Amino acid sequence: MKPDISGIIEGIKRLTPKKRVRIMEVCGTHTVAIAKSGIKDILPEEIKLVSGPGCPVCVTPQEYIDRAIWLSKQKDIIITTFGDLMRVPGTEESLSSAKAEGADIRVLYSPAGAVEIARENPSKTVVFLAVGFETTIPTITGTLEIAIREKIKNLFILCAHKIVPPALEVLASSEDLMIDGFILPGHVSAVIGIRPYEFLSRIHRKACAISGFEPYQILEAIFLILRQISGNQFRIANPYNSTVDYEGNTKAQKSISRFFIPSDSVWRGIGNIPSSGLALREEFSYFDIGTRISFPDIQSREPKGCRCGDVLKGIIEPSECPLFGKVCTYENPVGACMVSSEGSCAAYYRYRKKL
Amino acid sequence: MCLGIPMRVTEINENKAICEQSGTRVEAYIDMLDDVRIGDYVLIHAGFAIKKLSEEDATETIRLLSEVLSQDTR
Repeated sequence: MKPDISGIIEGIKRLTPKKRVRIMEVCGTHTVAIAKSGIKDILPEEIKLVSGPGCPVCVTPQEYIDRAIWLSKQKDIIITTFGDLMRVPGTEESLSSAKAEGADIRVLYSPAGAVEIARENPSKTVVFLAVGFETTIPTITGTLEIAIREKIKNLFILCAHKIVPPALEVLASSEDLMIDGFILPGHVSAVIGIRPYEFLSRIHRKACAISGFEPYQILEAIFLILRQISGNQFRIANPYNSTVDYEGNTKAQKSISRFFIPSDSVWRGIGNIPSSGLALREEFSYFDIGTRISFPDIQSREPKGCRCGDVLKGIIEPSECPLFGKVCTYENPVGACMVSSEGSCAAYYRYRKKL
Repeated sequence: MCLGIPMRVTEINENKAICEQSGTRVEAYIDMLDDVRIGDYVLIHAGFAIKKLSEEDATETIRLLSEVLSQDTR
């Protein structure tokens, strides 16, 4: 049974305090849903929604993109990737332009497709660009399990997986950001469950709600966050319990820990966050393309003037970046946040700004 | 990128299932779930079923909302 949307909006209005409340939507898909539905326009002005770093493509550092492009130009390599990465500008070019110049780069719907490509091309080295958060990571470990079962020896990954809770720890601790509450990502939570977020309410006293992706679900999460703030009692509310439960998908979690151990990881704009990435365990390191090929020293540079980093931390809104809408547009993006369809800049540009 | 699609399982062949939603059919690996049966609703992401879904979201919001809305306005 869905709660009545006008009732939720009325509930939000009644619970809105006189002071400003800053709520971060962590997930890029939420950012898009908020921009597309116009939720910001109906919220009381005291409620400020801040976009977070939950767009995997956006937080993937420049070095990774440059390495992937370099790899695509080596002999007998087939790069396989999710489509989202194709247009992200590297220091000199993008995967998309490398493909136009003749690199063998194939866009897949599922990483499992890379197993088939590896089987059909035994003399080639097939690399999957393993980018994504906890929603996506089980699809990679599932693919590695299939590769082991089918004795595929020429499939590798270039790993840039990131996990969400350590980034939330950094954001919750930030004195500059002053976040009061978090709208937590529904499908990351489907995999990890509720437990890994509990430090947010217990230690940092942040109001939290896990949300689905329909506008009424996002409003519902905002209502539940305001309810915690007004009662001064903090928890991880889970109105999305058709999809999210306390334990999450334990089989997927086991598969992730079978293959990976936590490692430090660099997030574009935020920098290194301890234990926020994943590295293949030693016994599976043969899947790491880095064990087969030595990368040269690539001098990566962020695009000049691009403030993706500050957008990802929620310090500025996309429109506050000097490039936004002028030299950086959805049609000709400069920074990663404009490239990815779920990047904050792309969401603002496409749905909010009439230029 | 972190978006799955809820779909209904209509066929199971070993570790793969045919799943349907609004006339769209996809094949997905079910290796990441235990005990998937025909008729189950699952969340599909990048060719894998990553979560079994239950019937309905909780009515907790409705209860809290009626509490808030029944209070006198400020």
